[in-house]
Amino acid sequence: MKIKPFLYRVLPFVGLIFVVLVSLLAIQINDPSGQDVANFVSLDNIRTVLIQTVVVGLAALGMTLVIISAGIDLSVGSQIALATVVFAVVVNGGSVTAPDVDRASWLMVGLAVAAAVGVCALCGFFNGYISSKFRIVPFIVTLGTMLIFRGVAKWIAGGEAVRTPPNAAQGFMDYDVPVLGIGVGFYLLIAAIVVTAVLLRRTVLGRYIYAIGSSENTARLCGIAVENQKVLIYVLCGVFTGLAGVMQYAFLSSGNPTIAVGLELNIIAAVVIGGGSLSGGSGSAMGTFIGALIMSILGSTCTMLGAETYVQEITIGTIVIVAVGIDRLKHLERFKA
Amino acid sequence: MSDPILHLDGVHKRFGPVHALKGVALEVYAGEVHAVIGENGAGKSTLMKVLSGAHLPSAGRITLNDKPYAPTCPIDGRRAGVAMIYQELTLAPDLSIEENIMLGIEGRRWGFARANTAAVREALTLLGHPDLSPRTRVGSLKIGTQQLIEIARAIVSGAKIIIMDEPTSSLSSADTRRLFEVIHTLRGRGIAVLYISHFLEEVQEIADRYTILRDGETCGTGMMEGVTIPQIIEMMVGRSLDEMYPKVDHAIGDVVLRCAGVAGRAFPVDAGFELRRGEILGVFGLVGAGRSEMLRCLFGLDAMAGGSAELASDAALKPGHITPGRALAAGLDFLSEDRKQEGLAQSMSIVENTTLSALRKAARAGFIDLKQDKAVADGWAERLGVKCHATTDPISSLSGGNQQKVAIGRLMNHDSDILFLDEPTRGIDVGSKSEIYRIIQELAAAGKSVVIISSYLPELQGVCDTLAVMYRGRLSRSRAVPQWTAQEIMNFATTGAAD
Repeated sequence: MKIKPFLYRVLPFVGLIFVVLVSLLAIQINDPSGQDVANFVSLDNIRTVLIQTVVVGLAALGMTLVIISAGIDLSVGSQIALATVVFAVVVNGGSVTAPDVDRASWLMVGLAVAAAVGVCALCGFFNGYISSKFRIVPFIVTLGTMLIFRGVAKWIAGGEAVRTPPNAAQGFMDYDVPVLGIGVGFYLLIAAIVVTAVLLRRTVLGRYIYAIGSSENTARLCGIAVENQKVLIYVLCGVFTGLAGVMQYAFLSSGNPTIAVGLELNIIAAVVIGGGSLSGGSGSAMGTFIGALIMSILGSTCTMLGAETYVQEITIGTIVIVAVGIDRLKHLERFKA
Repeated sequence: MSDPILHLDGVHKRFGPVHALKGVALEVYAGEVHAVIGENGAGKSTLMKVLSGAHLPSAGRITLNDKPYAPTCPIDGRRAGVAMIYQELTLAPDLSIEENIMLGIEGRRWGFARANTAAVREALTLLGHPDLSPRTRVGSLKIGTQQLIEIARAIVSGAKIIIMDEPTSSLSSADTRRLFEVIHTLRGRGIAVLYISHFLEEVQEIADRYTILRDGETCGTGMMEGVTIPQIIEMMVGRSLDEMYPKVDHAIGDVVLRCAGVAGRAFPVDAGFELRRGEILGVFGLVGAGRSEMLRCLFGLDAMAGGSAELASDAALKPGHITPGRALAAGLDFLSEDRKQEGLAQSMSIVENTTLSALRKAARAGFIDLKQDKAVADGWAERLGVKCHATTDPISSLSGGNQQKVAIGRLMNHDSDILFLDEPTRGIDVGSKSEIYRIIQELAAAGKSVVIISSYLPELQGVCDTLAVMYRGRLSRSRAVPQWTAQEIMNFATTGAAD
């Protein structure tokens, strides 16, 4: 009786272990000497994989909230690009050209983080407000804002990447950092997972998010101000996306309005692989993290195998479908029982 | 009497774990009107679908004219002489009377439908409508006349048994009269009519014999003559009426809610009532009369276009201002008629569903005390006798009756003083119904005021103190239940006439 729910809960873990084993096997077959396997499990490679999970992972945590509430946000890729541009411009003291300084101060970095996160929160507010108040499905609203935010990012940047003076943020995504062992970005991701998990499982807001996604009518009947909650959910998604944008900047060391095109699909895929359902009501922080991790492990494996990127794309695509297929199975069983 | 033309013995039907029919026996003779009676959820609809070929029985024997009868699709049923007249008419509104009657059985010559106007005219004449032209578009006819077209279709197709599912539920009393005359005519022609209804007065008037279903089983059959309505109800519910509708003493106090001229976008048009502390007010009416809409407006689920509602607590429920959240805060609560889509969040657990409307009680600074949350829900589940493995199971794992108890548990947990219950016993088994009636009585005894909407009159008469009837968005004055006769109630519900 109790074993099945347990199995479904650990399903993403099982998937993760499966992906790791298959990766090891493929690398071993490709290089029977064992050198590649040794490289694959080396500390350096593991840290690289973890740090490469950060951008998608952070944004996917925000997306998890949205998807559990039966919403969708297609604009997060554009929001990330916008965040890198805003960050760069603020760190430059309001200019698209880098000031002539050796290093930007911590103060400027702090302001830039706040600005990038703030702008994305505003983007989320816009998405949530328009779709709630005017009753336009979020797919359409965020399809529109995906273009709008991308356009705004290009407009601000003047169509080119915004170069910046060296600053502390550029080290956030280094995989080899003294003392900490790995860049701040990874710790931020871990903190974000904990915050999201607690938010979803232990707070009134989290319960409301599940309720809205499970049955919006029931939520309304129970006195939940569904429209306002939805706006809040998109704002929170924007905050996570803004942080992801800061980390994307750290990777690039510049603000780039053409970065992260199509990344929203990877982000949604991470949520779905982690057990999120686009019909709402299910999903978890840990599952989403594992979903993002599976994707970066596959990326690393393909690099190790010397495979073309299309192999990676085909594999991830297949995993998304399989993950959703298993999810459907779960639903079928629920209605049979 | 001769041998029955239709004979069912030990018919079972299972849908997965749900055992909808558990041994139905039924004998129908030529030229009789046979009533199949049972509460909602007793298995009437499933039985009819088995007979018409929409469902295959899981076990049991059915013979038609001494031959095994096993229809696998509706057309089989029709070829064998069994015609269904559903509650929702199945006519194509843009086709003519003749085209509708001949649909699916039209004679053909080289692919062109052949006219069979003579047979159509004959059937219409038989049904007392020689004036109708077979070329008239069906969509232009009144609902009662459309139903006659369905019956004409059954006659033309040579039906020996006509099954009518709640045929009077949307008819005015004049149309009901005409339908009864038609049924007499059919009986005279040796056609058996299987008449399904829960309007017992009607059934008693029209039927020769009855078969009663309860929880998927045949639990009584016999001649209609000499049986009283209370006897029928007792057979339907399987216990004495006192047991079915337990009474708990409750005192009726001051007015707590006074509504006047309540209007929604379409329905209701003009509804006003007074509700007193400890009062159980029943609202009867036909489906679509605007009963649910009235309560939904007051609770802020539907837009309220006009009218006023004053609470004893001096809070007023203003049009355009009221939302479910504000209504809950003002001490109202609402039980939805649609458990699956609205009443409960099906993928959430019993605990989560129970405490959703009063979550802040178990929370501090936005954080839920999960232990207390579960303890509260467990308490309600135990008190209301919810049968479940664990309260952390999803609500969808429960039976309808237990789901409804969880929904009521949520209302009790929120502890509002005015409760709107929309079809509180729809689709649940008899045992759970009785328990819910007892809970409602206990709520009134605890000083709550309750408004119950139901399409099932005996339940309102059994559980309510006062009753009002809605007709096309207008609500009658409420009167104490004993001051209404069933005739008056039905009359108002179908015509809006007070007397």
